[in-house]
Amino acid sequence: MNKMETMSGAKALMTAMEKEGVKQVFGLPGGANLPMYDEFARCDIRHILARHEQSAAHMADGFGRVSRKPGVCFATSGPGATNILTGIATAQADSSPMVAVTGQVAVNMIGRDAFQESDIIGMANPVVKYAFQPRNAIEIPGVVRKGFYIAETGRPGPVLIDIPKDVQTNKAEMTFPDEFKIQGYHPWTDPDIAAVEKALDMILNSERPIILAGGGTIISSAFAELQSVAEALMLPVVTTFKGKGAFPETHPLSLGPIGMHGHAEANKMMAEADCVLAIGTRFSDRSVGTFEAFEKRLKIIHMDVDPAEIGKNQNAQIAVVGDVKVSLRIMVKLLMKRAIKKSEESIWIKHVKETKAYWKENLKIHPGEMGAAKILRKLRDILPKESIITTEVGQHQMWASLFYDVIQPGTFFSSTGLGTMGWGFPASIGAKVARPDVPVVDIAGDGSFSMTENSLATAVLEDIPVIVFILNNSILGMVAQWQRTFYDRRMIGVDQQHCPDYVKLAESYGAQGIRAQSMDELDKAIKTALSSDVATVIDIPIDPEEDVLPFVAPGTSLSDMILPS
Amino acid sequence: MWAILSILVENKPGILFKITHLFRARNFNIDSISVGVTDNPDYSRITITTIEDEKRVVQIVKQLDKMIDTVEVKHLDEHKTVYRELSIFKIKLSNANDSMEVNKLANAYGGKVHDVKTESMMVELTATPDQIKAFEELVKPFGIIDVARTGVAALQRSGA
Repeated sequence: MNKMETMSGAKALMTAMEKEGVKQVFGLPGGANLPMYDEFARCDIRHILARHEQSAAHMADGFGRVSRKPGVCFATSGPGATNILTGIATAQADSSPMVAVTGQVAVNMIGRDAFQESDIIGMANPVVKYAFQPRNAIEIPGVVRKGFYIAETGRPGPVLIDIPKDVQTNKAEMTFPDEFKIQGYHPWTDPDIAAVEKALDMILNSERPIILAGGGTIISSAFAELQSVAEALMLPVVTTFKGKGAFPETHPLSLGPIGMHGHAEANKMMAEADCVLAIGTRFSDRSVGTFEAFEKRLKIIHMDVDPAEIGKNQNAQIAVVGDVKVSLRIMVKLLMKRAIKKSEESIWIKHVKETKAYWKENLKIHPGEMGAAKILRKLRDILPKESIITTEVGQHQMWASLFYDVIQPGTFFSSTGLGTMGWGFPASIGAKVARPDVPVVDIAGDGSFSMTENSLATAVLEDIPVIVFILNNSILGMVAQWQRTFYDRRMIGVDQQHCPDYVKLAESYGAQGIRAQSMDELDKAIKTALSSDVATVIDIPIDPEEDVLPFVAPGTSLSDMILPS
Repeated sequence: MWAILSILVENKPGILFKITHLFRARNFNIDSISVGVTDNPDYSRITITTIEDEKRVVQIVKQLDKMIDTVEVKHLDEHKTVYRELSIFKIKLSNANDSMEVNKLANAYGGKVHDVKTESMMVELTATPDQIKAFEELVKPFGIIDVARTGVAALQRSGA
């Protein structure tokens, strides 16, 4: 405890956040959070104005995923709070650390259907890791300390702090606690060493073992440990989509993501494997197809920080609960102790490499000059390896998964769980704030980008030069693909009719807009964007008929892949 | 399986809502629920009975454990647990013998009789849900006007 000081709840909030190391807040002001906003005049925290609360939350989310520290967003009560909900749910679905602070009507007005009152605590409950509503100003320092701790420890997630207006203005003798106790919260478990040893033996006794790296591998930045285990045991590595880039995709043992739009070689080898070391994954249906088909004939070793994930979607023969970085480190130590370092290629690994080589050579891609694969490979060729990618949600996202190889682990981020269209662009802004030293590119589709395109104002006015890379087929492409595939080509509600013109749109915000209609133009556009100090939108018209393939149809298994013909 | 879950929570507003919300959101069923403060006023004990297969019961316990507001979550073994539910039956009386008959049944089950009128009487019965069900079947022929039940309260036996 440090010394007491009399101050308002709003001032205590900002002071407590400064103590947490918060440098900026993404948000929008309104009637019920004005006392907090007034404090920006008296503190060193930067305010970054969003044009919609949902975008503010995505910005905080992008910041949180890249920096691994909670991103902070502010919104007012009522519609401000409900607007932020999609952003909170997105962060929860992808275990992203976030602290969202909403204004609320005064305590004596709660429950009276006051102007701009919404029961955001009730609404947000299923999509937050925890929610606080301090009813007295004096609670605020403790709430902030606990909120940040909960958001960033164990399996990270969003924390909501809903502060009634009078609690912001009321003064109290504040103390800022260094130590605190949350009785029912045990974020870390020490991994069971014996279980790791059993897991290692199970892998060694399997004929066709494989590693499945999930998003938890990236969250806990277990990149070096993962690579050590894979190389020492010579295991092929597939990832979930959220785990994309947990392992360098240019590595000879890398097969890329599995799943609905996984790489052909990844899905094939996953389906043939007899033992999987699954790291930090919830075995989402989009990754594994039908649960029953996936676990059939497969021994599963499941490492996860969240004990509730064990057995939720897939039964594991061996479970290792704990931070996956710690669990993998134990395995690395065991490998060293037992001097295990495979050098000879097994029949399995030869087969894996042949399969990979076959599909690298033979996967059919769009024949046109401006096919998705060629566009994304061009982007990869030009971007420095440390560049950070965010994506929107849809066809472009899955093409990015298929054709943009992540070289440096932990540089690829997407709304993989909730699948929130409009996430990528504001998230790229948050990412760029976290890492201003590297290029940040939002790989976008026209449909998704249009959902949060007004964040261009934020990028331009706040001087956050991100690059929006639009694969523009002027159609809600993934929906269109499903309508072509499952609804006899009845195209309903998908045609964007080339509206708006994204070059002019960018220019109207003061950003740079470039249209690229050939590979030469694309090459120039990417290089121009990289050397610019202003946000740039690259609009790349593509064929609206191009499908994302391979495709594992919903309700089927990874071995039932639809391949390009 | 029928499972008794004993959940010790911090005695704060909104926690019951979160627990029931978890059951709804995760598609778990609540068979009965009872809540009461413990000897320490900082905590409440919520007892939930549910009918789910074993794998799902394990998952419910894990999800409840994961909640920050829960201090302790136990799946109680019913053979090592004292568990009871309070029920009140309002039973129709059609002829003079009925009240005597119902009285006999109530005594057999350790129930208490209340509010005896010419046309109805009430029986208070504290028992296991199975015993309450059995009593209900026995008094059904008389005509049950209304039933109120509290849900199960349960504590593990010492040394169990």
